[in-house]
Amino acid sequence: MSRRVRTVVLAPALAGLSALVYWGLAGLPRFGDYRGPYGFIINRVATPERHMTNAVTAVVFDYRGFDTLGEEFILFAAVVGTVLLLRARGTKPEGERDWIGSDGVRAFGLLFAGPTLVVGLWLVAFGTVTPGGGFQGGVAVAGGFVLVYAAADYRSFRKIGNEHVLDFAKGTGAGGYVVIGLAALVSGAPFLHNLLGPGQSGTLVSSGSVAFINWSVALEVAAANLLLVLEFLEHYDVPLRGGGK
Amino acid sequence: MSFLPYAVAGWIFLVGIYGVATSRNLIHLALCLTVTQSSTYVLLLAIGYVKGGGAPIFKGVKLGTTAVDPIVQSLTLTDIVVSVTIIALILALALDAHDDAGTVNPDELADFEG
Amino acid sequence: MIVASLVPLQATALGLAVLASTAVVLTRDPLKQIVVNALYGLVLVLLFVVFAAPDVALSMLVVGSIAYPIVVLIAIARVRSGKRDR
Repeated sequence: MSRRVRTVVLAPALAGLSALVYWGLAGLPRFGDYRGPYGFIINRVATPERHMTNAVTAVVFDYRGFDTLGEEFILFAAVVGTVLLLRARGTKPEGERDWIGSDGVRAFGLLFAGPTLVVGLWLVAFGTVTPGGGFQGGVAVAGGFVLVYAAADYRSFRKIGNEHVLDFAKGTGAGGYVVIGLAALVSGAPFLHNLLGPGQSGTLVSSGSVAFINWSVALEVAAANLLLVLEFLEHYDVPLRGGGK
Repeated sequence: MSFLPYAVAGWIFLVGIYGVATSRNLIHLALCLTVTQSSTYVLLLAIGYVKGGGAPIFKGVKLGTTAVDPIVQSLTLTDIVVSVTIIALILALALDAHDDAGTVNPDELADFEG
Repeated sequence: MIVASLVPLQATALGLAVLASTAVVLTRDPLKQIVVNALYGLVLVLLFVVFAAPDVALSMLVVGSIAYPIVVLIAIARVRSGKRDR
């Protein structure tokens, strides 16, 4: 089908889809008029019951922990697929993708690699108390490591972002979630039941085994993102030498 | 104001689909796909909004203050982080096609054999 | 602290979201598009904050500024290098 025929067919199809979408959206209750009881119940119950002041983290890791396990494995599978596709092409010779030319980029990387890492770790650690959690903090930690690459060169990045280390870390993170859930199963409680007692809400020692699940998710997300960046950089044809092509 | 967020979510969704359908570059297509995904985030948050509600964080806040729905927020935040890896997978496929066929234009890729 | 009337802020953020998303789709060159996409990500962060969703806003901020640009920029660079050789 030529391009013009496709555009002519697209217009009525898009119009029909718009009509359907807006007709569907018109059936929703008015904005701000939230009716379902579930949200109100969780807001009331999360802090007294689970001792977590962040109700969203309580839902993600405790009330709906099993769904988060599924999401984690989507992430795992997507990264494995990407890595397989990229590694099938074979590695390019070492030594070409060496240094970053621009001084501004290196200064930025030097200044911000440490703070980004610390902020990421803080986001993960206090995920059960204030906004944050394993998912957000994991990506921020990965960002901190990538800034090391911006500040130095590829060989220093390789020391941290080694394939074998990252594969192991990602697997440990994903597997850790399941192991923590199975540990509850072994002691006679349902899968992923909160084993350790809930601590004092508002502090780091709250929410029992959710803290461990939080850290294992953060490990997996950080390792997965770093692995993606590493694999994309590895199979990269052009030398990074600044000035000219 | 009572229908505006839903209307905006619908508009973003349709604009993203238009971009995917009329794209001439596979990387442009992947980014239009992220625009469509973001419309679902806006829709989910608009559904969970409670009038006059604050964030569902209760540190230092008296229990019982009105807060918005935390469940749709949990769905949205895991979705955002997972979508990055999905887009990376799509880009890896696009790079594969580029290595085989020498182009990232979906129109020319259709003529390429084998 | 709950601001008494968030409605003007929300309407502004929604309007900006419409403009930014249209701009992302209409920018055809991928290198320019990734910058516009990062700006759209910032508009979405603002939108999520005025919708009282700080966790989601953090998630979008981290992803839209760190993860997306890195992955897409490397893909663009690789496509460009391949084109120059052929």
